[in-house]
This record gives sequence, C-alpha cells and structure tokens, in this order.
Amino acid sequence: MSYTPQMTESIRLVEASRERRYAEKHARLSPSEKQDLLRKFHPDFRPDTMRPVKVGASRGAMMPHELVDILEAGSRLDPDTFPLDRIDYDVDVLVVGGGGAGSSASLMAHAAGANVLQVTKLRLGDANTMMAQGGIQAADKENDSPMIHYLDVIGGGGFLNKPDLVRALVHDAPLVIKWLEDLGCMFDKEPDGTMTTQHGGGTSRKRMHAARDYSGAEIMRTLRDEVRNRQIPVVEFSPAIELLSDGEGRCTGAVLMNLETRDFFVVRAKTVILATGGFGRLHVAGFPTTNHYGATADGLVMAYRMGANLIFLDATQFHPTGAAHPEQIVGLLITEKVRGLGAQLVNTHGEQFVYPLETRDAVSSAILRECLERDRGVVTGTGQPGVWLDSPMIEHIHGDGAIQRALPAMFRQYRRFGIDMRRDPILVYPTLHYQNGGVEIADDTGTRIENLFVAGETSGGVHGRNRLMGNSLLDVVVFGRRAGAAASERARSVKPGRLTLEHVRRYHEELDAAGIARGRVSPMILPSYARHEARPGANPVVL
Amino acid sequence: MAQEMVRVFIMGKAHEVPKGLTIMKAMEYAGYQFIRGCGCRGGFCGACGTVYRMPGDYRIKVGLACQTIVEDGMYLTQIPVFPANKATYNIEEIRPTLGNLLKMYPELSRCLGCNTCTKVCPQDLDVMNYMAAAMRGDIARVADMSFDCLMCGLCAARCPAETVQYNIAILARRLYARHIAPRAQHLAARVGEIQGGKFDQALDDMARLDRAELERLYNERDIEPE
Repeated sequence: MSYTPQMTESIRLVEASRERRYAEKHARLSPSEKQDLLRKFHPDFRPDTMRPVKVGASRGAMMPHELVDILEAGSRLDPDTFPLDRIDYDVDVLVVGGGGAGSSASLMAHAAGANVLQVTKLRLGDANTMMAQGGIQAADKENDSPMIHYLDVIGGGGFLNKPDLVRALVHDAPLVIKWLEDLGCMFDKEPDGTMTTQHGGGTSRKRMHAARDYSGAEIMRTLRDEVRNRQIPVVEFSPAIELLSDGEGRCTGAVLMNLETRDFFVVRAKTVILATGGFGRLHVAGFPTTNHYGATADGLVMAYRMGANLIFLDATQFHPTGAAHPEQIVGLLITEKVRGLGAQLVNTHGEQFVYPLETRDAVSSAILRECLERDRGVVTGTGQPGVWLDSPMIEHIHGDGAIQRALPAMFRQYRRFGIDMRRDPILVYPTLHYQNGGVEIADDTGTRIENLFVAGETSGGVHGRNRLMGNSLLDVVVFGRRAGAAASERARSVKPGRLTLEHVRRYHEELDAAGIARGRVSPMILPSYARHEARPGANPVVL
Repeated sequence: MAQEMVRVFIMGKAHEVPKGLTIMKAMEYAGYQFIRGCGCRGGFCGACGTVYRMPGDYRIKVGLACQTIVEDGMYLTQIPVFPANKATYNIEEIRPTLGNLLKMYPELSRCLGCNTCTKVCPQDLDVMNYMAAAMRGDIARVADMSFDCLMCGLCAARCPAETVQYNIAILARRLYARHIAPRAQHLAARVGEIQGGKFDQALDDMARLDRAELERLYNERDIEPE
C-alpha cells in the first residue's frame, strides 16, 4: 500500500538477492566493533538527549530530559492542606499497577493470606505485558542451565547488571513457567508436551517460550482471569498519584485519583508494591514508541519523591524493529521473533548489513548507521527512513503457511493495511521500547524505603544497561511473585502507620532550594495527544 | 500541500479529520483525550472496540479504533466496556468436560447459530464455530480457534442469546492448557532440580565473578546452532 516507486524498486532488489542470502550468514560483530557502533550511533551516547537531575536521592545522575522534567516537578497534592484523616481503603498490601508484575504480586500476596487491594490507571491488564509478542526465557531444556542464562543476561546488559537480581531472575525462570503452565497458560508445545523454544537476540540457547505471537497477551489474560477468580478487589481507572509516609521514612499507603470523577481516595496499607511500568510514553529523544498508552513513569516519580534511588535510567532500549511503514503504525513493535524465524535485515540495495540477532542496542545502532551515515536506508513517502526486514524469507525457510502459524497477530496487522508480509518485506526503524533502569531494588524487591516494594519495568538493575528479548515477561512474573511474597510476609509484622505527605513537603522544599519553578506537576498519568486550538483569553479547564 | 480531509461523526457529532488516520488518532485530532477506549494502541488489548455505520449501508460494522482507518461519512461510537458474566473456578480442580462448561455457563446452550458473533469479531475469529465446538465439548478445538481473542467484548454485546463467548473461550483455553495438553516433562524435571538446590552453589559462584572473568566466559560461550 502506497509504496513510492523507489520503495517498489528496492523491494525488487530484496527479492533478487533472497536466494543468495538464504545461504549467506552475516558475520557477528566482535566485542570492539560492537562498542564502536554503540558509541557512535546509540541515542544513549548522544549528548543532547540527557541532563543531570538536580534534586533527590540520585542527584547528579544523567537521565533523559523528558524524565528529568517530570522528576523536577511538584505534586498534584498540596502536602499542607490535603486531608488524610478519612481512610477509604485499609489493607495489608496495596498493589499499584494492573500489568503482569502487579497481577503476579496480587496473586502471591492473596495466596499468602494477605488482604490485598490492586489499583490501576486503566483496566486490569492494560499494560506492556499484554503487548509482548516474542516470548519468555527460561533455562528448562537439558542443554541449558540457569548459569548459561545468567551469562547471556549479564553479557547483554554490559556486565553492569546487579548480580543478585540476575541470579533471582534465572533461578526463578523455570519456576514461573511451571506456575504459568499450572494456571493454564497455553504455551506452544510439541505433541509430547515439550516446550517449543527459539533463539532470541543475545541468547546462546533456544530458551524462548512463546504462545504464538500473543505470548504476553496469553500470560496477561491468564493472570487477569485468575485475579478475578480469586476475587481480589481491583479498582480500575484510579491511578496512585502519590505515596504516603509515616514521616519517618516508611511507606504507609497511597492517594488514588479516580480519572473519571476526579475524586481522590486515601489507601492505608502495611506494605505497598509499585508495579506501574516504564516510561515509553515520554517519547525519549523524540522517538516513537511501542509502549502502552499508560507508560508514563508514574511509579518512578512517586518513589523518587519518597527517597528511592534510581539507577541505569540513562540507558534506554530502542527496539531495532519498529514499524516504519505504513504511517498509521509507525513505532509499533515488530517482534524479534520475526528475525528469530530467519528474516534478515537488508538495506535499500537488498544487502545484509548486520547479523540479525545481535543484541537490540547493536542492531538498532546498525540500522541508524545504515540510514543516517551510509545513506543505504529506504525513505517512505512521508520522509520516514527505514530498512527492510525480509519477512518472505521465513516462508522460504519454513515453507508456506509458516507466517500465519507463527505470527498471526503480525500477519493480521499488516493485512489490515493492505500489506502481505508473506510476499513483501516490511520496513522497520528503531523505536523506543523499554526502560532498562528504574528504582533500585534488592532481590526480594525491597527498596531503601521501608515497606515499599517495586517490581517489573519500574525497577532497575536486573537488565543492566540493556535487556534481552524474553527477559521482560520473565522479569515481571519473577519479581512480581517475589514482591507479592515479600510484601505479604512483611505485612504480618507491620502495624498500620501514620499517614502523611511529609516527604512531598520536603521534596517541594528541595525543588525550591534548587531554584526549580513548580509550574509543572507530575505524575503525568496520561500522555497528551489530543489536538486543541489555542484560544487566548479562554479558560477551558473548569465546567 | 493541503491535507485531504474526511468527515466523521463521533458519537453523532461531525468532525473534519485528515484522511488516512486510524479512528483513535482521528478522535485525538478532533480533541478527545482518551480515558476509556484506549489501551495498547497496537491491536492487542481490546480496549478500543468500535462500532460504526457507513452512509447508505444498513450493516453494522466494527473495528478496533487503533487499527481501523477512518472513512468519509463514518458514524461511530466506542464500546469500551460491556457487562459480562464471568464464572469463578479453581482451575486445578475442574475437569475439562462439556458438563463443566455448561455448569459454569448454562447460557452456552442458548446459542442460536446466527453467526452474528463471527461477523462482529474485529479479529476475524470464527466465533460461532468455536461456540459450536464448545457445545460439543471439544475444548481443544475451542482453545485453538479462539486463541487470538482480545476479549474486547463486541461478540457479547451483539449476541441475541446473551452468551459471553470470550469468557467461555478463556475457560476453554485454560482447561486445555492445564488438563488436556501434555505437561512439559523437561520443565518439571528442571523445577525439581532447582527446588532441590542443584544450582544454588554454581549461581552463587557466578554472582561473585568479576567483570573480566564474566567477559571471558561470555565471549567464549558456545552458541546452540539455529
């Protein structure tokens, strides 16, 4: 649909070279080639994308401008006047977030006998977990081991990952696959029950488990169904907008805002689990994103005001294969599984330029180099650059029908826009995919703030500077489960605390002392895509 | 270059929006900020089920707002939520039988075979035929045929027999995966090894390695052939 003549011409070159490329394996990058490539092309190394944050526990740390903007901002609540004497919900464990980590945490805390309340900004299940297509890693085959998985994770992360977190991730991986299998999650299997597993970028064993290309959706809808079966109370469309403290550094609850009525609710909790996801919708460095509508880093903002440490937030994962055409889906994820099944990345001349299963940071950088430096990219009618992902190679290798069998969601998506990915290659360009860093946690998801636990993309350290495919679904379930277990266990020995916004008052004083105007408020809650015409002199806010 | 515009009616109100946008982006262009009716924005979550009619056509059409392109004259509304019964069950205990499907969703037997659900499914699933499979107790077939369901709820909204197809489908998928599909023996074996502490020492040792040693091991590791 709507290919320019140049694009059509380029597709012919891709077709012409396919038979030759079928037998051709592009060389892998050496460690030093990879370093050079990252330094020159990855947005993390561009000086104009970041600045040091001026306040808070991680003062001086470099972070993307878009994140610093919402960290250096005031609360939506006035700590001196907001009343906290009416408690609307009084629980053992408050779980903030409705995705894979939050739902796993709720299930574990509930199973441990805790009185749980789960709250979420949108619907239960509205989260990046739902969108993860490719799969979930676990070393459960005979030729694999948690130690081999450990090496892949830490090598992919630049050897900077926190060892105790990596250990927890790879140790629990087979346990969570079993937990999900027991819950009735429909993994792809061989007729004898053996899990079907594939490679992903940066893996040294085929340990990527999948549920067709709805892997995250299948995990999420199973967890959601089970949360409902257990009749765990869930409050939807009511994000937490601030944590509460006892004035002595312990977390004691949160304030929720009902997005539809704009009413506020006070939750008192013995322990709080933040599982609010990442920052994709901040559009770091101006990139499009694969992320869910709600991925606005609310948890980072709330935890930071209370004194949490933020780590690795200068490392953003750009997924190498975001859609670059058609215009309507620019930025949406083309799962790595497409490359796992054999589709190669080729330039406008139909030539490979990178081994397709290098780590994501390296593949992204190679695509940026191909388009920006070597001028061998393809440019669409709207000026969007990209390179080809040669999807027809999949059926060339695996036979007719392979795409519809293994990639039904993707096949359907392209067909909606008049593109047959069995016949024509698809155009891709890097897209903002994942927040590698986050709130620093211990291996039980505890933070430096007593009674505050953090799990999933909101946390940082397990993936170092770069997460591998299939380790985020794993992360949310492993650490969601650990959070639910640890927070419910802690709640047994905690008495409900005083409810204050002291930490917010102090944070505001710090902003004032740093000379930061408090015009901005955060958390952001939702990105603003609505187009409005400015009309001076009109106040559109109050009805 | 002047942008080509189309006229759409959002909940009855006319808006001029650029041609080629998705319904979701067109509504944002028209000034709406979504709270309901917008989720993953990528066709996976089922938050943005939308029904519409075109001028001169009596038929009701459907699509996901994030995946459907606006057309001139489109008259649309979103159905972000629809009331639906959901049975609660202990997945470990219930058996994968027709009797259990009927016990939890007795309305299943009211299906008229009218095919409205199939026509309304934005995922192009053959909903009526997976319901037929459910009525035969062929749970494996329901699981397979319904796999791409996003649980958007449009089928239930239109069903004259008042069934909730997508909740029957997820019950079938969980029953299939839990009780019918063969269990992964290698997984159970590995879980046993982990619970027995087989890897604890080796993992502790790895967690203590310095960077140079980790780099050496990483760069020398063997890679399973594709």
